Amino acid sequence: MSILVNKDTKLVVQGITGRDGKFHTAKMLTYGTNVVAGVSPGKEGDGIDGVPVFNTVAHAVKATGANTSIIFVPAAAAADAILEASEAGISLVIAISEGVPIQDMIRITPILKLNGTLLIGPNCPGLITPGESLVGILPSTIFKKGNIGFISRSGTLTYEVVNLLSLNNFGQTTCVGIGGDPVAGLYFIDLLERFENDPETIAVVLIGEIGGDAEEKAAQYIAEKMTKPVVAFIAGQTAPPGKRMGHAGAIISSGSGTAAEKIAAFNKAGVPVAKEPSEIPVLLRQKLDGKI
Amino acid sequence: MKIHEYQARQIFRDYGIPVPDAALCYTVGEVEKAAREINHMVVVKAQVLAGGRGKAGGVKLARTAEDAVTAAKQILGMNIKGLTVTKVLVTEAVDIAKEFYVGLINDRNLKCITLMVSAEGGVEIEEVAKDNPEKIIKFSINPLTGLLDYQARNIALEMFGNIKLAKTAASIFIKLYKLYIETDATLAEINPLVLTNKNEILAIDGKMNFDDNALFRQPKILAMREPDEEEVQEIAAHDKGLSYIKLDGNIGCMVNGAGLAMATMDMIKLYGGSPANFLDIGGSSNPQKVIDAMNILLSDKNVKAVMINIFGGITRCDDVAKGLIRALEFIITDVPIVVRLSGTNAEEGLALLKKTGLPTVSSMSEAAKKAIELSKR
Repeated sequence: MSILVNKDTKLVVQGITGRDGKFHTAKMLTYGTNVVAGVSPGKEGDGIDGVPVFNTVAHAVKATGANTSIIFVPAAAAADAILEASEAGISLVIAISEGVPIQDMIRITPILKLNGTLLIGPNCPGLITPGESLVGILPSTIFKKGNIGFISRSGTLTYEVVNLLSLNNFGQTTCVGIGGDPVAGLYFIDLLERFENDPETIAVVLIGEIGGDAEEKAAQYIAEKMTKPVVAFIAGQTAPPGKRMGHAGAIISSGSGTAAEKIAAFNKAGVPVAKEPSEIPVLLRQKLDGKI
Repeated sequence: MKIHEYQARQIFRDYGIPVPDAALCYTVGEVEKAAREINHMVVVKAQVLAGGRGKAGGVKLARTAEDAVTAAKQILGMNIKGLTVTKVLVTEAVDIAKEFYVGLINDRNLKCITLMVSAEGGVEIEEVAKDNPEKIIKFSINPLTGLLDYQARNIALEMFGNIKLAKTAASIFIKLYKLYIETDATLAEINPLVLTNKNEILAIDGKMNFDDNALFRQPKILAMREPDEEEVQEIAAHDKGLSYIKLDGNIGCMVNGAGLAMATMDMIKLYGGSPANFLDIGGSSNPQKVIDAMNILLSDKNVKAVMINIFGGITRCDDVAKGLIRALEFIITDVPIVVRLSGTNAEEGLALLKKTGLPTVSSMSEAAKKAIELSKR
């Protein structure tokens, strides 16, 4: 088992003819992801690497039965692309696009809810169920099939930690990069719940960072609802207040959203927090062995 | 992006929110002239992009033009939270019966815009939220309908307890919501919104922040940007595709990815060092980007060692190594550099760097320890 993507994932790539769309479609195909269609208005035809290209998502869904979409279109058009996928009946949308205006995301949220569309991102690296499906820009070679669920607000920090997990024989069920924006789709609690219900996942690694209070809310959820062990890491302990640390959502404002608050919340919930990435596999081993 | 109070007041005015007359002044002479024209008690207010101006002595009441001159002499040139005051706003002082707070913010958890109001105006809302959270009314606005008239009216009625005043206040809430949407704001505050002794409702002070991701479609807002010295550097880096924030330490860091860059700073601190900056070079391994990044890092004279931390994913480590080798052809420096490459094509990258004689390591913690050691030489 796994969460969200698996062998049955039939992927449509929105923005497949762009530089990034094209590059990552090839990578996903190589990994074995079932990429069934691409969309690029005005470029319908034979397509990219044997993947047929359609003018609209609706046509792509009708012709191929696509159920998941990945979005590579420029930020200004991303909300529109997400809605197009949602209206065409796509059940899971992964938005890679970086720099999407916050109010665009706020505006489309209730419509996605009405349509029952799940969203991951924007400004995220996507997700992977090792051995089954890669939907994103994650470097596939570092992942390994196994029993650890993984959720992260970051990109390369995810790679750093996943690499350490794989080297220490902690393979993964599914790894999800939820993205660095303040208003995004599926978040910690949504995914913790799915990992809790996934029979194959035995523990979860959560990578948070400064800004907002989603980590605090996740800590509370873990304490109240989760039976599986969780190990966390929080980036940004040395970040100054009031500055956006690369990610739009990574900002300490009015003194809240600090790493210290998040670490305290996890500690209170019985979730060990690693001091540095290399400590994560150590804590995970101790937690699974019942030593902490 | 932040703007000054005088700019926020202008936006309020453009949307029909009642704001008392005011003059923006750069010199003591201008303040005197403005005070004489108003010919009434005035308030002289420092215009800096920092909160807590009142507490810092940057807001003063003046009964006469002479008092205004004295106030201007004290405020112009003063330092508030590291920012020098170069301009002040002179406004007519109004007779205040009561002060209120009205604000709109983005709610990250509920994924909507929230209207916050309080009858405890004039102080920082964070303090009210901490000490008397029951005194704040919060209302989540449905993005599909926007803020509706009856909703604004009902909230205003709770605040004012008088339907006539509530109707006036509600129209201000609706206008504030409209300008919030139309300018892609992330914060719009009227604090205080005052009820005068003549039963007028006026916006006395305003604060607005905007979504950096939306500036591409907000040319009027972008034109209001007045970056300070630090921000000028950050904007220049941003234009080169880099995300840079200066800190106080002495170990420069260059990292691919924001989360990893933050974790790198944290690790330097964990091992007893102090990071000089946050610098995310993004996903590209373009040599020009590496050159630009090195130039920015080394322009900070506090930097005693540089730690380069790259985890190759889509970015290939050998490309980064080539970029770095090119960069070092252009940059002559005696600041020691330690390079950590891991992930895609790390071995090839490390082999290329061997020729340069730069110390290379394969883990983040080793790199941090090495950089700290080098910084102490």
